[in-house]
Amino acid sequence: MTLRPNHDAPALEVVGLGVRLGGQEILRDVSFDVPAGSWVCAIGPNGAGKTTLVHAVAGLVPFEGRVDLWGRELSTYPRRERARLVAIVPQKPVIPEGIRVAEYVLLGRTPHLGILGTERKADHVAVAVALEQLELRWAAARRLDSLSGGELQRAVLARALAQEAPLLLLDEPTTGLDLGHQIRVLELVDGLRRAHGLTVLSTMHDLTLAGRFADRFALLSQGRLVSTGSRTDVLNEAVIAEHFGASVRVIGDADIGWAVVPVSEKGDA
Amino acid sequence: MSRRGRWLALGAGLLFVSIVAGLLVGPVQIAPGAALRWLASFGAPPPGMSEQQAAILGNLRLPRVIVAGLVGASLSASGAAYQAVFRNPLADPYLLGAAAGAGLGATIAVVFGPATAFAVTVPLAAFIGAVAGVGMAYGLGRSTLGGRSSTSLILGGIAVASFLTAVQTFIQQQNAETLRQVYSWILGRLGTTGWDDARIALPSVVVAVSTLWLIRRLLDVIEVGDLEAESLGLNVGRLRVVVVVAASLATAAAVSVAGLIGFVGIIVPHTVRLLAGTSYRQVLPLSVLFGASFLILVDLLARTAVAPAEIPIGVITAFVGAPFFVLALRRAGGRSA
Repeated sequence: MTLRPNHDAPALEVVGLGVRLGGQEILRDVSFDVPAGSWVCAIGPNGAGKTTLVHAVAGLVPFEGRVDLWGRELSTYPRRERARLVAIVPQKPVIPEGIRVAEYVLLGRTPHLGILGTERKADHVAVAVALEQLELRWAAARRLDSLSGGELQRAVLARALAQEAPLLLLDEPTTGLDLGHQIRVLELVDGLRRAHGLTVLSTMHDLTLAGRFADRFALLSQGRLVSTGSRTDVLNEAVIAEHFGASVRVIGDADIGWAVVPVSEKGDA
Repeated sequence: MSRRGRWLALGAGLLFVSIVAGLLVGPVQIAPGAALRWLASFGAPPPGMSEQQAAILGNLRLPRVIVAGLVGASLSASGAAYQAVFRNPLADPYLLGAAAGAGLGATIAVVFGPATAFAVTVPLAAFIGAVAGVGMAYGLGRSTLGGRSSTSLILGGIAVASFLTAVQTFIQQQNAETLRQVYSWILGRLGTTGWDDARIALPSVVVAVSTLWLIRRLLDVIEVGDLEAESLGLNVGRLRVVVVVAASLATAAAVSVAGLIGFVGIIVPHTVRLLAGTSYRQVLPLSVLFGASFLILVDLLARTAVAPAEIPIGVITAFVGAPFFVLALRRAGGRSA
């Protein structure tokens, strides 16, 4: 299979990545890799460049440096081939007016169709499977803009799944969801990752949730990668205090699990 | 039959009925059966039809019906495609300076051209003007207004349209005796005799409308925005160029033979969306069928309502179109409430 030239190479390898947008430097000299089948979470304060990192990896913004997918340079993949390898769930997906959920999920099949091709049975099957996995079968004929926030997020995820790409990029997948839905969406992603051997690169603001789901972390601050590694390497009190300007306590507790909790300056009553 | 199939069949049926109606209605009575037999025998007069009746069908009514259909299909399909790639429900085929360019071209032909050859020079000049107008708007939007976004193209279109309209107005003012002729062209009119107009419009319309028809599924993809469409493997910049070129070609052909007929490019695609859903896999084919039917029927009204005089067709598209559009909107509002 030419799509993935090297199965032993990391799913994603970023070397010396720099991005300038509108004359402004957004990312500089970022290097890390994402082993196949793992979940790496990019964290960092607002404006650190997390979204731009995701866009660069998807080939959506021009960049310097190197981004390799399975050992082959991103720019050498034709567009549609690239779109069969990398699917993105954007932070603020554009919702076309009046589109039905099944039609929307079917858009994920675009890279699998010829330019002028129409969808075949296999494409409708992929849509049905994606809807089933995200418990959206009932909503197939509904208008996308009539769904609740949690359902909408699942529909966007379903589109990415229908794309059948082995690398999934999730930009703040839990934005705007209540706590229960946040956990459900992330558990879903984790389950899909294990079931299908997907590789996940996500960005996340909630450090507790990030710490519970991701294997490894990449901390960005002002466009630079300041720390990578395991939960204990990156999500510790000193690092968070320095880069987020927040005073926190990291709790590892047998009962409640692992959590990053803000420390009240005033002291709680 | 699937829902989509039903709508397509309905559109095709409506187009057929419109064509037959366009052939039958006029000052000279022709029996429906005779007209159908004439159509089926490709223009050979069937028994019982006079040579004169056959000539009326073949040289007056059929070419006019065909031109109306081509113009309606072009404006509707171009409008739908523009609304998709500019992600703007108000985008119409004249958005990028096609109308102003065509207006200037037609004015130049009327003012400086030989009066005996207007039937050919005006459409030709309008066609060239429309293509040049869009070309300038596109070049301006791409090169000087900073980039790849659809907004810069629209701004380029606005700048070019104002400029060309100013030039056109100036030429017109300097040659006031041509005012009436230019004005009647601007109001929109369909030619009355022969196949010249159909010959001028047909090649561009067929090429352009089939192109838009073939890429209709990609118009759905671009609806999710440039960034997401790119992430789905679509070359958004190239698609936009293809749509602009095809839609401009179709619009230029329509404008060249029919003048400026407003409203069709907006009302037909939106009505189709309200009736049959928003996917361009339906919107585009149905816009072609309904757009052609709509203009054939409107033209019928234009030439019969105050016969023997004619009402400018652009006046009727707006006069009939606006209330119909409101009805369609109300129906959709009532359904979703």
